[in-house]
Amino acid sequence: MDQWRSAICTPRSLSVFGEMVKRRALIQILLLASFLLAIGWLVSNVVANLQAQNISSGFGFLNERAGFGVAQSLIEYNEDSTYGRVLVVGLLNTLAVSIAGIILASLLGFVLGVARLSQNWIIAKLAAAYIEVFRNIPLLLQIFFLYFGVLRNLPSPRQSFALGEVVFLNNRGIVLPALVSGAGAVAYLIVALVAVAAAWILRKRALRIFRDTGQHVKFWTPLFGIITLSLLVAYSAVGLPFAWDIPVLKGFNYRGGVQMIPEFAALLLALSLYTAAFIAEIVRAGIASVSHGQSEAASALGLPAPISLRYVIIPQALRVIIPPLTSQYLNLTKNSSLAVAIAYPDIVSVFAGTSLSQVGQAVEIIFTTMMIYLALSLLTAYLMNRYNNHTALVGRNV
Amino acid sequence: MSEWQAIPERVAPANTIGAVGWLRSNLFGSWRDAALTLIALYLIYNLLEVAIGWGFINATFSGSDRAACLKETQGACWAFIDAKFGQFIYGRYLEAERWRVDLVMAALVLGLVPLLIPRAPFKRVNVLLMILVFPPFAFFLLVGGWFGLAEVPTADWGGLLVTLVVAITGIALSLPLGILLALGRRSDMPIVQSLCVGFIEIFRGVPLITVLFMASVMLPLFLPDGVNFDKLLRCLIGVTLFSAAYMAEVVRGGLQAIARGQYEAAAALGLGFWKTTALITMPQALKIVIPGIVNTFIGLFKDTTLVLIIGLFDLLGIIQFNFTDATWATPETHITGYVFAAAMFWVFCFAMSRYSIFMENRLATGHETRNAK
Repeated sequence: MDQWRSAICTPRSLSVFGEMVKRRALIQILLLASFLLAIGWLVSNVVANLQAQNISSGFGFLNERAGFGVAQSLIEYNEDSTYGRVLVVGLLNTLAVSIAGIILASLLGFVLGVARLSQNWIIAKLAAAYIEVFRNIPLLLQIFFLYFGVLRNLPSPRQSFALGEVVFLNNRGIVLPALVSGAGAVAYLIVALVAVAAAWILRKRALRIFRDTGQHVKFWTPLFGIITLSLLVAYSAVGLPFAWDIPVLKGFNYRGGVQMIPEFAALLLALSLYTAAFIAEIVRAGIASVSHGQSEAASALGLPAPISLRYVIIPQALRVIIPPLTSQYLNLTKNSSLAVAIAYPDIVSVFAGTSLSQVGQAVEIIFTTMMIYLALSLLTAYLMNRYNNHTALVGRNV
Repeated sequence: MSEWQAIPERVAPANTIGAVGWLRSNLFGSWRDAALTLIALYLIYNLLEVAIGWGFINATFSGSDRAACLKETQGACWAFIDAKFGQFIYGRYLEAERWRVDLVMAALVLGLVPLLIPRAPFKRVNVLLMILVFPPFAFFLLVGGWFGLAEVPTADWGGLLVTLVVAITGIALSLPLGILLALGRRSDMPIVQSLCVGFIEIFRGVPLITVLFMASVMLPLFLPDGVNFDKLLRCLIGVTLFSAAYMAEVVRGGLQAIARGQYEAAAALGLGFWKTTALITMPQALKIVIPGIVNTFIGLFKDTTLVLIIGLFDLLGIIQFNFTDATWATPETHITGYVFAAAMFWVFCFAMSRYSIFMENRLATGHETRNAK
């Protein structure tokens, strides 16, 4: 007893708190100082090295003529364009393959995730086999397989594989028919806008009436009517100003239609197939995390299956699904940088690759590329954290 | 009052038990199910037909050059793998010195297998051997230049050797670094915390390929003139820092899942920060996040293929490189090479994921919330 009391009451243990504050301050000051010293040392090395190698610095090069061609560009681009434009072209190509990949991977992933939980034994096993195969093989290998193994091994345009004489597959890529709009197509754009606005207003009205009176108001019938009516008006005014541009073989290649370069096709397909395996596991875990009691309680309350799925199961499953799903979308966007291995003109390939080797300003170019990816990631992470805080359960855990 | 009598036991209806019952409930429950089953069976049949036909029946297993693989019916050119197998494993490592790689790999297997089997004895000695003795042993033996061993420059390393060196070094270094970063991120010292958050978010926000570009193009600029790092070493630094950031987030998840009561109980017992961490919280946290840690390892293992983009020849890189060899240029060489690489990577990754499930079950203490399924 006495030993304890003396241990507690000695001035030394009373000063422990003050000691700790001092120690913590010392640790932090030392850490900050060494961090700043390291940064300073690195910067001075970079400056010395750049001077020794006679490399200019700054972002002036962005206004200089790039002088190389790019295989796919969503905005106007030619060899006289600047490095700044190369950056934009690359970024747009990255976004194009990422967004298309996210859509395809989500569709396939949700189907696989549900199939994995199917009552049908063989379907469940097939989905499981797909998941185990695709997520345990490096993505780069899958891209190479599809690009060098499959798409580049296809016959030349003259011996293309044809699907219904409108879609053609050859070693220059995939040629699809294009929808061409003529004069008056604006009328149909207006129809689409009217339909969206009508849907928005009708839905708000239906929800308000349901809240006030408990009455279910038919929402689809008037919407359908409005769409049909405005379509008829547009048709009588301008007719059908659309046509399919079917690709035709002229000389050594196809003319017309939309050409999808094989690099894009291979990258898109590989990213989607690979990420879908991860999304499937997330969806499966999300659905499995909703306990059986929930669906049983819903049916005990007399809710029919679709309603219980929509208002009971899915909202709870989404709480588990959304955060990891968002990080899979981020992974897909970052993985699209593997484009550089098959020379799809994404930002890493044309900016951190070709431009870097021409300009030689590694520091500026790599930092810009990293900052762009970082900005994309932080934006998504910010939204994801907001959603997470909104849906997470509140508990006493740290 | 008549005497109470149980209804005599009846046999279950024939169509709910046995093979027929299983088929009915699992494959042909409804018309939709039956249709799906038939479609799936058709798909499997076609896949197997292609795979067996290509991989075995029409395949070429031996031969000395492309002539053997040029046949009417298309099949795998396994002779290519057979001829290049040495390169795929060792790269351009001097043939006379390859016993050194074999010795290191044997030591690795001998040291790792008993470590992974929970019932094997001498865990403490084993761990110390793997942490203190194995790394210098492997380093001196692989690099050479000491004790009369010929020096083999890392530029000559390749194939599975490089894949394993990058993966194992990355795994071994990223876990401790990740744990430190996670502790730093949860620290209440503002400077420590913001440095750790900055590091983690920057590395998690950018693709690995830009980190590797940075390691290969920018790192030389950051060092004083004349100091030059080995390319493989630069790449190892990049891969380790990148996975450490991911590991930190996994470990942080585990630390967050530990009830506050654990910290409070440790403080009540008079334990300081490091003792609380080492004895109370970290063991529990690491146990919870085993799946996450192994997933990061698997991700790192698959990501080792990216080193080929900055000019190192890992397993995939050396296979890709060998496609340019005119002696083996056939229409089937590419696919054969990729299938071989895929099989190798798949075996490693699948084994890791199965082992993680095994450990998860073994370490389960029954306190976990059980998932419906």
